[in-house]
Amino acid sequence: MADLVNLTIDGHEVSVPKGTTILEAAKQIGTEVPHYCYHPSLSSPAMCRLCLVEVEGAPKPMPSCVTTVTEGQVVRTQSERALDDRRAVLEFYLVNHPLDCPICDRSGECYFQDYVHAEGPDHGRSREPKRVFGRDDFGGDVLFYGDRCVMCTRCVRFMNEVEQEPRLTVVERGSRSVIDTFFEEGLEGTHWHGNIVDLCPVGALISKDFLHKARAWDLEHTPSICPGCSQGCNIDLHVRDNLVQRLKPRENLDVNGWWMCDYGRLDYEWMNLGARVEAPLVRAGGTSTAVAWKDALGALLTRALELGAGPVRAVVSPRSSNEDLAAVAELVERLGGGDIVYRSRRAEDEAPLKGYPGLARRRDLSPNATGAELVGAKRVGDDDGTGGLEGVAAHDGIVLVMGDELLDQPADFGSRATLYVHLGHRESAATSRAHFLLPTTTFAEQEGTFTNHAGRVQRFWAGLTGPGMARPAWFVAAALAAQLGGRGPVRSAAEAFNALGSRVPAFEGLTYEDIGTRGAVVNEPVSLTGD
Amino acid sequence: MAYPYVSDREVRIISKHFGDPTQRRLETYVERGGYAALRKALGMSPDEVVDTVKESGLRGRGGAGFPTGVKWSFMPKDTSKPHYLVCNADESEPGTFKDRELIRWDPHQLIEGCLIGAHAIRAQHVYIYCRGEFFETTQVLARAVEDAYAKGYVGKDIFGSGLDIDVTVHAGAGAYICGEETGLMNSLEGRRGQPRVKPPFPAAVGAFGMPSTINNVETLCTIPHIVANGGDWYRQYGTEKSPGTKLFCVSGHVNKPGNYELPLGFPLIELIEDVCGGVRDGNALKAVIPGGSSVPIINAEESRACALDYEGCVAVGTMLGCASVIVMDETTDIVKQVRRMVDFYAHESCGQCTPCREGSAWSAKMMKRIEDGRGTEEDLDTLMQVTQKMVGTTICVLSDSVAAPVQSSINKFRDEYLALVRRGERVGAA
Repeated sequence: MADLVNLTIDGHEVSVPKGTTILEAAKQIGTEVPHYCYHPSLSSPAMCRLCLVEVEGAPKPMPSCVTTVTEGQVVRTQSERALDDRRAVLEFYLVNHPLDCPICDRSGECYFQDYVHAEGPDHGRSREPKRVFGRDDFGGDVLFYGDRCVMCTRCVRFMNEVEQEPRLTVVERGSRSVIDTFFEEGLEGTHWHGNIVDLCPVGALISKDFLHKARAWDLEHTPSICPGCSQGCNIDLHVRDNLVQRLKPRENLDVNGWWMCDYGRLDYEWMNLGARVEAPLVRAGGTSTAVAWKDALGALLTRALELGAGPVRAVVSPRSSNEDLAAVAELVERLGGGDIVYRSRRAEDEAPLKGYPGLARRRDLSPNATGAELVGAKRVGDDDGTGGLEGVAAHDGIVLVMGDELLDQPADFGSRATLYVHLGHRESAATSRAHFLLPTTTFAEQEGTFTNHAGRVQRFWAGLTGPGMARPAWFVAAALAAQLGGRGPVRSAAEAFNALGSRVPAFEGLTYEDIGTRGAVVNEPVSLTGD
Repeated sequence: MAYPYVSDREVRIISKHFGDPTQRRLETYVERGGYAALRKALGMSPDEVVDTVKESGLRGRGGAGFPTGVKWSFMPKDTSKPHYLVCNADESEPGTFKDRELIRWDPHQLIEGCLIGAHAIRAQHVYIYCRGEFFETTQVLARAVEDAYAKGYVGKDIFGSGLDIDVTVHAGAGAYICGEETGLMNSLEGRRGQPRVKPPFPAAVGAFGMPSTINNVETLCTIPHIVANGGDWYRQYGTEKSPGTKLFCVSGHVNKPGNYELPLGFPLIELIEDVCGGVRDGNALKAVIPGGSSVPIINAEESRACALDYEGCVAVGTMLGCASVIVMDETTDIVKQVRRMVDFYAHESCGQCTPCREGSAWSAKMMKRIEDGRGTEEDLDTLMQVTQKMVGTTICVLSDSVAAPVQSSINKFRDEYLALVRRGERVGAA
């Protein structure tokens, strides 16, 4: 191809498109040239001078982040000269870095630690007193530890170029340079500033929410999807002791780039809430009894067969996975069919990230309203996710609820139902009349998929262990449906997803393998009710 | 007229009217033949002007010595985007005071040079960026620009040529780094005065993102004389590779410090002994910095061998820079002098590049400790190694400017450093 440029990096021949930088080209041979100020989403000021490499014929070491490749170029990123230059820059950082790793939240995932351990000098030679800037509250979720700052200005450039809310700047010059806010409110009122904590290569910008909560090396990372809105930002759950400690965005250029919004980022504590239903509860004669799954499902089947086929009214949740929704839809069909509704909270406006087209905190604050629509559920109720269930509450046949906690509903919800089955996480007033209260896992405790606002199906994995006997709703619903004449047992989320394909044409032909960690788009476009 | 000191060995072309306050007046300037060169240049094509300057061999007077005509020829011929000529009057190098004098004694000479330069690079707007501390200078220049506008020498349809050229005088806020060409452009645009990564070079993407050329005040002041008299006339002065005359700002321990316009290639020792009346109090010469504080220091012996042109300075291991000759006699405490310079650069570092931001401050702290008698011999090695890593590793050359005095002084005056680190003794009376 005419557009390709051939060059040699560390003895390996590389072909990359014209205009590629040396730093990006080096990634092709698996070499990450150390860098701070460069980030693929931001402008490149070439100021940290850490990514200097040796280019044959060039009189000086070249910053690989802004030097574009040329035909026949010979680049050395690991030569003695290149390593020596990097060692020198790292030593310059060591002159004033406080080395307070034992009390630094970034320790363990800090690029200064990594680089110095990998390539830096054994110790800095500076004997001079260190510069002290101290700490500053930048507003929002961000604390600034000035002494740790490497002055890469990624945070300043993110706010200027990506969020386009210029709240940060460099004040003073030379070694007195320090990041600061313009006004007292700092980052307060901006909706994407959590990303600057991720962008900071060291411990200068620290999340207040995560402050001193956990050490980075104690956290397990589970790929997941943000449940905060219908954008479906790819995230990682960071878990310690079966508790989600924080959410971090996971790179996916098709959905969220490197970013996630502050609403989503800080809305995770519900995943850790206790007071869960841990065993199937069967209510008879005004008292609930905890029983084994086999007994609960057996009794439920018996009761259902007694009643015979009849219209079912079901309430599902757009916070449940596609698998859960499809399995419940099938169960409804096996029980005689009927209306399925869901309720979803909506914000007044979108909160777009101006510098990353296609990314916004969406109006629809549920991760899977699209999935609910695809299985035939209809949205009811208000924008705050309440109301709209008058018909269900008054139904005198089978009432099936999955995922919706019905917090706005009174204690007599379902009192007229001949059979009220509630698959949920917690007891509430509205579950008190449920004949069967079956404990299910949250999205964080199970594997599954969400379909985002654009019809993109994305997988998430289980980061937490569910409480007691709680099981995924798809597992419970599919087991019941199988007994009522379905295809047979469904043993995994992948099988549940395949079953979904045979029921809902939009998912036909898609498999977990196709979706992978990046997501795949469903076969036909969808639009949400009311959009 | 006896502008502080004059010498009969001078060849006064651009400094001819130093000391004459009437020269600032537009009428006087015109009476003495001013703006004739502009009239002549506007009758020539831009390329002809560039060729004339190329023939003269004029090299940029800001310090780098790049041939001016060649620099102008880098400008694109296509004028679909506006072109800008930027005049660098942010004279901040310690030891330099030539541009200030050129502007305050002869502002119209600069304006005429700017207009010719603008015509040569097809620019319709000239920005003259004055150092923030130059209050009087900036006022004189702004007044002169106003006068020139009033007479129609600047502005629309100059001399009926159909060419429009505007001149804006812009005062900086006082930062050394804004004298670096791309730092100056950032400052001019209202951004932080921080040098930009090159490429792209200013001729492609300069001030306000448009093709721009930036020239030093002295360079532009020379242009009217070259255009009026021709390239060959200019070449009669100076040497083959460094043609013409140059203003030498002599400061320090000489009897008659000041600005002297001399042909390039002039022997340094004659400048000190003859033109400047010798070292003060009959003291012995110890060291000279021939090109402003960012070039390597040379000792007395090297000074005697140094010819003041671009090549002659390189031959003795230093640079002509902007020809700011700082003379130091035997009473000078070299360590203190170098420490002062390093302090200056540490203070003026813009703070972008790590080697400069951290290295200059670190060097300054080490120098201070050594000066205070709390240093060790190991510190000298550390200083040498640290400053070595500040050369060629940054966006601009400010960090090289820290290395130059530190390394050259440790190499040439190691004894003075050793005396301090061994016994805490200080040489000299300073």
